[in-house]
Amino acid sequence: MALPPLPRPYQDTAPYWKAAREHRFVIQHCTECGEHQFYPRGVCSHCLSSDLEWQDASGKGEVYSFSVNHRAPHPGFADKLPFVLAIVELAEGPRMMTNIVECHPESVTIGMTVEVVFDDVTEEVTLPKFRPA
Amino acid sequence: MANAQRDVAIVGVAESDLGRVPDKSKFQLSAEASRAALDEAGLTVKDVDGLLTTIITEGGQFSTMLMAEYMGITPRFTDSTSIGGSSFVAYVEHAAMAIATGLCEVALICHGSTNISDRGGKGGPVSQTTDVFGPSQFEEPYGVSTVGSYALAAQRHMHQYGTTSEQLAEIAVATRHWASMNPKAYMRDRITIDDVMNSRLIASPLHLLDCCLVTDAGGAVVLTSLERARDLKSKPVRVLGTGEAHTHRMISQMPDLTQTAAAISGKLAFERAGLTHTDIDVAEIYDSFTITVLLTLESLGFCKPGEGGAFVSNQRTAPGGDFPMNTQGGALSYTHPGMFGIFTVIEGTRQVRGDCGPRQVPDAKIALCNGTGGVLSSTGTIILGRD
Ligand SMILES: [Zn+2]
Repeated sequence: MALPPLPRPYQDTAPYWKAAREHRFVIQHCTECGEHQFYPRGVCSHCLSSDLEWQDASGKGEVYSFSVNHRAPHPGFADKLPFVLAIVELAEGPRMMTNIVECHPESVTIGMTVEVVFDDVTEEVTLPKFRPA
Repeated sequence: MANAQRDVAIVGVAESDLGRVPDKSKFQLSAEASRAALDEAGLTVKDVDGLLTTIITEGGQFSTMLMAEYMGITPRFTDSTSIGGSSFVAYVEHAAMAIATGLCEVALICHGSTNISDRGGKGGPVSQTTDVFGPSQFEEPYGVSTVGSYALAAQRHMHQYGTTSEQLAEIAVATRHWASMNPKAYMRDRITIDDVMNSRLIASPLHLLDCCLVTDAGGAVVLTSLERARDLKSKPVRVLGTGEAHTHRMISQMPDLTQTAAAISGKLAFERAGLTHTDIDVAEIYDSFTITVLLTLESLGFCKPGEGGAFVSNQRTAPGGDFPMNTQGGALSYTHPGMFGIFTVIEGTRQVRGDCGPRQVPDAKIALCNGTGGVLSSTGTIILGRD
């Protein structure tokens, strides 16, 4: 069974992936302008401040859009078809790409409230995903 | 600068062999299209002193140096801006600026791709990546793809505005009708809305026939000053106005899934040309997917946000409709080598010249061409007119 492409953590993102491994969902908060951002960066994408802090996020959000995918974009998805690709708007504001899991693909709707779950894909990598809340 | 663009003209356009061309490299396709475009103008490669190109696939690094060396050009203006399929439309703006300010005199925009032959003749995904470095590690592990990204936009538009799959299908049907009139088009058999609706669902709500082709293809566009253009063999087509913009790289970061950067680039192009929507006789709108066209028409202001579905209904963009669009058959039916932008410029130029034979839009004087690149990320808009 092929694996999906997995993240190779780097300077900006290592703390995020480490937290996910520990089943914590974290988000960056800018202490200078007060905005949250996703995905993690070395600076704030609103004001370019380097003064960012990691916060435990609520793990709640709603589906901004989704698509039920019937074709595997990579061999690692061949056994997962169909899967739900989705953009979730986090309660903290930013949006992120994810999968909606633990439900029938056809039951997913825009605006549906969802909560984070942790998919331990390998011993090193955990992917935050979302399920109906 | 805005007015300087008025003194620049397109003097040559050409395609290479299109479709499945397994015996030619992408470099050869690009160079053969370049030769044909220069021939149209009565220019030679020795006249070229500006080169604009990008290659996003294997062996394409340092694109302008690579292609200049391949064709024996020593440019004094070079631009390998890489913003996806809209690059080649944005190059028209960059070339016009370079010519208007004297940075170069004859600019060559070229493109070649063996997108279908590279995949062993089969469409579909080729990714074999095992680990992802950079920001895309927040998308690829979830199975994002080009079609999946555009599907997210389509789903959102449907949710917000009630747009239907049938309305998206109108675009595919109209575009195929145009392709049926173009001997160079890859797919020429007429289709119906039912054909689109009954084609395989790839990523909901997009069906197979909502998606562009995968082909090999090359194209080239040659520009020079209007003054020099008037002494050349071909009928000059003036660059009246241009604009470019981009809003994001990854689809999850798109500020609004229902509006593209064409809202910026289109506004700039209209303002700089001093024209309005009713002045446009023919539109060449990058159609990577049917939804791309719908969002672009709204973003360019041809209709209000949410009205795109109604706008394209009743085959309005088909031959005989009152909004002729994608008259060569588009990326949906004519050709799509991964990046389509240059072909919108080629067809827009030919329509304004009156060179399009059976598919010629009667008395087309002004054309709008819009490229979209990445995942609805970047746009280039140009407005072309007769001298
Ligand atoms: Zn900030």
